[in-house]
Amino acid sequence: MSARAVELLIDGRTVTAPEGSTILSACTAAGVTIPTLCFLETLKPVNVCRLCVVELEGARVLAPSCSRVVEPGMTVHTRSPRVMLARKLVLELLASSVDLSTAPGMADLLNEYGCQPERFGPAAATVGQPTKIDNDLYVRDYGKCILCYKCVEACGPDHQNTFAIAVAGRGFGAHISTEFDVHLPDSACVYCGNCIAVCPTGALMASREYELRKSGAWDESQQTTTDTICPYCGVGCTLTLHVQDGEIVKATSPLDNTITMGNLCIKGRFGWRFVETRPRD
Amino acid sequence: MDIRRIDAEATVEERDAIDALLGPPRSAWDGGPRTNLRDAHVAMVGGHESRAMRHMLLPAFHALQRRVGWISQGGLGYVCDRLNVPPADAWGVATFYALLATSPRPKRVVHVCDDIACKCNGADELTAALEESVGPAYSHDSAPSATSSDIETRTSVWIRSPCLGMCDQAPAAYLTEAGEHPHEQSIGHITAEGVRALLEGASPAAPSRTTVRQDPSSLRLLRRVGRVDPSSLDAYRASGGFAALEKARAMGPEAIIAEVTASRLMGRGGAAFPTGRKWDAVRTQPATPHYLVCNADESEPGTFKDRVLMEEDPFAIVEAMAIAALATGCDKAFMYIRGEYPLAAERMQHAIDASRAQGLLPRFDIEIRRGAGAYICGEETAIFESIEGGRGEPRNKPPFPVQVGLFGKPTVVNNVETLANVPLILLDGAAAFAAVGSAQSTGTRLFCLSGNVQYPGVYEAPFGITLRSLIEMAGGLNAGRTLRAVLLGGAAGTFVRPDELDLRLTHEDTRAAGTTLGSGVVMAVDDTIDLRGLVTRIAAFFRDESCGQCVPCRVGTIRQEEALHRIAADGAGNRRSTELALLDEVGAAMKDASICGLGQTAYSAIESAIKRLHLYDAGATR
Repeated sequence: MSARAVELLIDGRTVTAPEGSTILSACTAAGVTIPTLCFLETLKPVNVCRLCVVELEGARVLAPSCSRVVEPGMTVHTRSPRVMLARKLVLELLASSVDLSTAPGMADLLNEYGCQPERFGPAAATVGQPTKIDNDLYVRDYGKCILCYKCVEACGPDHQNTFAIAVAGRGFGAHISTEFDVHLPDSACVYCGNCIAVCPTGALMASREYELRKSGAWDESQQTTTDTICPYCGVGCTLTLHVQDGEIVKATSPLDNTITMGNLCIKGRFGWRFVETRPRD
Repeated sequence: MDIRRIDAEATVEERDAIDALLGPPRSAWDGGPRTNLRDAHVAMVGGHESRAMRHMLLPAFHALQRRVGWISQGGLGYVCDRLNVPPADAWGVATFYALLATSPRPKRVVHVCDDIACKCNGADELTAALEESVGPAYSHDSAPSATSSDIETRTSVWIRSPCLGMCDQAPAAYLTEAGEHPHEQSIGHITAEGVRALLEGASPAAPSRTTVRQDPSSLRLLRRVGRVDPSSLDAYRASGGFAALEKARAMGPEAIIAEVTASRLMGRGGAAFPTGRKWDAVRTQPATPHYLVCNADESEPGTFKDRVLMEEDPFAIVEAMAIAALATGCDKAFMYIRGEYPLAAERMQHAIDASRAQGLLPRFDIEIRRGAGAYICGEETAIFESIEGGRGEPRNKPPFPVQVGLFGKPTVVNNVETLANVPLILLDGAAAFAAVGSAQSTGTRLFCLSGNVQYPGVYEAPFGITLRSLIEMAGGLNAGRTLRAVLLGGAAGTFVRPDELDLRLTHEDTRAAGTTLGSGVVMAVDDTIDLRGLVTRIAAFFRDESCGQCVPCRVGTIRQEEALHRIAADGAGNRRSTELALLDEVGAAMKDASICGLGQTAYSAIESAIKRLHLYDAGATR
């Protein structure tokens, strides 16, 4: 039985959406673009970044479109002055406190909303800190973390059920951490890299990508992707191999793949170096 | 869920503290020794069973801290074993609460309030004297620089604290001492010598009873305060106690709710939601069980009315909770009392136990939960997260607590003072209750008079009393002083000017005047006070207390505080208008886009200082 349709007004247009769907999905279906950061279709919405807020007529405050469910007769404004100001501030607050240099699409967003993060002054507090390199497979640069909770969700209840990391501390000091901030090898981490797959800013990055970026060799425009099947076990996860200059530089899995939902295990995500023909050193 | 445990072992003391709370472990599967061979192949305790105990996480941390003074790796690991909680997850919870230490700390800690009401009463001088004589306040950030031997040799430290809810006895402190016989106590009218004596091991004098200066015949909510023995059930019954519960049982849920609805009682925690409507919404929910949560996490700076009610009339709160539970179909209630209220928690526990022993609470269980230093846990959904054993991060609404609340079940959350009105409504009738106050704000209200009034304290007055009369009731200002401002409603409220004292204190009048009654805070500030310093302290409070979940509040509160510091440092005032415009934009985003009331009101008092007091106009200082 298909869900009943709900009729609502989005930016003056009458739109129908299935009962129980979110304002964000109704907007997306109607071709209305809403920026998001902490939202990912494979994760439970946590509505913490507040970038996707919209104005609902009759509501005291703005609503997160990623999680607010459509209601009949709702009147939604996705680009009202209140919405635009809130989004601009969210972006400015993040850009003034977090290194967003490797966050895809961020420069365009800051530009679109006319952000001037420098107006908070040179002494504005940031989350800047030394990069954590404590294992061979990935690098954690929490100076780039916007605290979207995605990695915690992917590591925990939504995907991996490993629970190696959680949000610790509070307020501006809130951060992603293992217990007692122990190194990753001492934690419950199983190196599936599913946290890397969902990180929207590059705070979590595979070591290979990190090294290539550091040396200046990383160039996404020169990369091709090839979908194949992971050779390791019978599950048969779809692997997307990212290739640059004839070498595999990254392995991912498509988010819309019904088997993986973007997830892999340590072998699929990192165990492809045997393909390389370079001599052992 | 497969838990990878921490290598460190708990000490005997830590294990004993946890086992005293949870009972001994039953097998190696939940933290016990690997002695029973059957444990190797038979799961004696299932994961589901252990995880259903997740709500004991915060009580377990309290037990550890009370015994050894901090949450060690071994201690946390043992708690994780017992409750089947991943260590990273538990760490996230432990580091959320300000009262919990996650690095070694001496067992005796004196928390010295430097918040707004105490600042009006010499807290700055007090903390400066302490810095001079015993050194800077201890903080977790400074812990790594202190050598471990230093920590081991020190037996006590003092730390700065947000409002302790002792504003009627400002400046105030709160002593905690871990050990075999842990001790905690709030201390009013503290001096630097007093703090030094506490640090050297002195025992504080027993707390004195709160007295009310008002004519007893005019009092309703406070009628027993200072007069009826709060530890005696007989005294409570002799003063009319439990008559309302008896009447309620005869009336039945529908009639109780009809009466409460007709009384037009509104919530006294700050949001002023009609209580009858909330009760009816929970009563009619098909999902079961229903839960009652009494919100006693009174942490709004300047608020101490619920503390006085719990300390001085605890049986009335028990009776009111029993009535609320009867009306809404709850057989289990949680009473969440802020961590810094040891006496209130002790008296409430005694009242619950005594009432239960007399058979007055059949088929109804009240469990007290102690907060651990987080203002945000007074938010009605953060309180659920905290009770359930999580970080006190507010939930997105909808769904509302009446539908999906504690443990995902329909839940009624009521403030202590709100509940205290219920027996009165049932005994006197809704009409008599609604005859007091104004048309839209019925009954009496508890106001927390603090700051620079002569006789700070809780005052009960009908809604509609003017701000002027209330301040006069508290003896007015000290001789020779003039009023500069009144903070109304707490840190989340607004300042009002001395020329606004004829404001009638009702929900409708304050709303029309662009202010709020909030939690009943009336903090008078005279001309000796650095008002800008108070405003900056409020900004620091919100920065400290933001849970950190959403961007507008997490970063906005720190940007707000930074801007105020820049204004303070900008002697010539060249950047004043730029900074004020910036504050206004940050404030608007916090108000509009934050998840919960904390972020939504974090700019409120600051905005009123700018726009209502004109405190930052060109030429204005301090």
